[in-house]
Amino acid sequence: MNSANLAARVRKAHRGDTAPSFLLDLNVEVLPGITILFGPSGAGKSTLLDCIAGLTQPDAGRIAIDSEVVFDSEKQVNVPPQRRQIAYVFQSLALFPHMTVEANVGYGLLDAPRQARGRVAEILQMFRVETLRARKPREISGGEKQRVALARSLVTLPRVLLLDEPLSGLDAELKASIIDDLRAWNAARKIPILYVTHSREEVDALGERVIALEHGKIVSEGTPREVLDAPRRRRLAQAAGFENLLSATVVDLREPDGVMRVRLAGSLCEIEVPLGRAAPDDHLRIAIRAGDILLATEPPRALSARNVLEGKIVSLERRGTLIAARVDCGAIFTVHVTPGAERTLELAAGKKVWLVLKTHSCHFVEG
Amino acid sequence: MNFEALLLSIRLALCVSAILFVVGVPLAYWLAYSRWRWKFLLEAVVALPLVLPPTVLGFYMLLAMGPRGPLGRLWHAAFGHGLAFTFAGLVIASVLYSFPFAVQPLIVSFETVDRKLLDASAVLGAGRIRTFRRVILPLSVPGIITALVLSFAHTLGEFGVVLMVGGNLAGVTRTVSIDIYDRVQSLDYLAANRAAFLLLVISFAVLSVVYGINRQAGRRQWLPWAAK
Repeated sequence: MNSANLAARVRKAHRGDTAPSFLLDLNVEVLPGITILFGPSGAGKSTLLDCIAGLTQPDAGRIAIDSEVVFDSEKQVNVPPQRRQIAYVFQSLALFPHMTVEANVGYGLLDAPRQARGRVAEILQMFRVETLRARKPREISGGEKQRVALARSLVTLPRVLLLDEPLSGLDAELKASIIDDLRAWNAARKIPILYVTHSREEVDALGERVIALEHGKIVSEGTPREVLDAPRRRRLAQAAGFENLLSATVVDLREPDGVMRVRLAGSLCEIEVPLGRAAPDDHLRIAIRAGDILLATEPPRALSARNVLEGKIVSLERRGTLIAARVDCGAIFTVHVTPGAERTLELAAGKKVWLVLKTHSCHFVEG
Repeated sequence: MNFEALLLSIRLALCVSAILFVVGVPLAYWLAYSRWRWKFLLEAVVALPLVLPPTVLGFYMLLAMGPRGPLGRLWHAAFGHGLAFTFAGLVIASVLYSFPFAVQPLIVSFETVDRKLLDASAVLGAGRIRTFRRVILPLSVPGIITALVLSFAHTLGEFGVVLMVGGNLAGVTRTVSIDIYDRVQSLDYLAANRAAFLLLVISFAVLSVVYGINRQAGRRQWLPWAAK
């Protein structure tokens, strides 16, 4: 069977007329089955699909379907869209208005041998539109159009299927029945399907794997629950009480230990954090709650915690019953201590201190 | 009624429409889809006959086609006779004169084809030629008819260029419009009126066809003087 993986590394400056400009910069791997690309409009979802389909050219990157490279900016490879064997259903569906349903569905098979033309009837039946074959697109309903557009894309037996909000505007029941037909089709073929949506409900309903995109970057990745719930995104991270959001660069991965070492931006400070989807030299963010950091006034020893950083108190600020200490360890940390601890340890600005961070108190934030 | 002149006019208009279709379609395709930065210069050249007095165009065509002009010498080398004051010379000059009337409706109709349809065609495996033949052309039929009809009508009605390049040779270059001018000069108003009225009727009929087709196609009406 033609099961394959799609791997895309794409960088593209995006200058929208309406949306603000941003840099699309990401690395995705899409396995067989449905992967959802989730994000607000203007996040770069459609641009990414256009790059994969070959309708627009990334500034840099590499796109491959299994071992076949269809785009590589370094090696100057750029396979034109008509030879990529990637199916793409647009939000507008783009059915040819002057052709019948049958001619639309058969369009991708014009060069195909005669027996392949039999697939047209087969797929029309599979997507329950065989009775409409002689109609023009303007004579059929919205849901029917969506079925025809799917059938037209799939009849060519593509290696990858890209869907750009193909089911927007349909009621949930109709949507579910079309998705069921799509799943049934893919049960046999097992191709990677990248499904773009900005609707949380669709993420919940469809989800196997979800990639969340914001301003051209991947902000989280995982199951629908993980992506919708995990406070991984910067804004969410701050709202969820991660006072420390530090930029960092991956130094190395220690997979057997399930950890990786990262260097905090602008310092030589290295800390150990839980292993995440990253590679050496990747930039990422580390989120740490101010209350999860221990503060010591003497060098701590014989601890299970893996990260001990030496620094100086910059300032102390009373916030209700908490003292927020800002500590410079090369990078600035915010640490919460109680007023009692402040008194006992005689904390003051300029005092030398040690911070203790447990590996699993350091949360890995992508992007 | 001078049927010789009428037949000549129609023959000229048919030749010009056919040539403009063959030359105009690829050029309009290129102008509609190219992203070449100096494209606007070519667009200006194509539109030039809209604003130039026919005498200016005719004058330069005459110079080019004359025995010492580049076109004239080329023609002489190839066919053994000159180009000025011949039917072929008249066709060439008329093609240039009616150029915008053919090319602009084609550009507009190619440009109004939804780009997503072209993208859809490409991802379904079609190259440029198939996309053009199967998607762009069928969806541009009203524009193509407009282009053909306008080039025909505009050529039928031209006067200044014909006079400059073709002169007034009966059966060779004397078109209806020249014939009318002749009749008026010799005070034969009755004959002038017959020819003029016929031209008026033909022009009206032709424009009705254009507007009718554009309305049926649900498109915005297009005529060069109403261009964006």
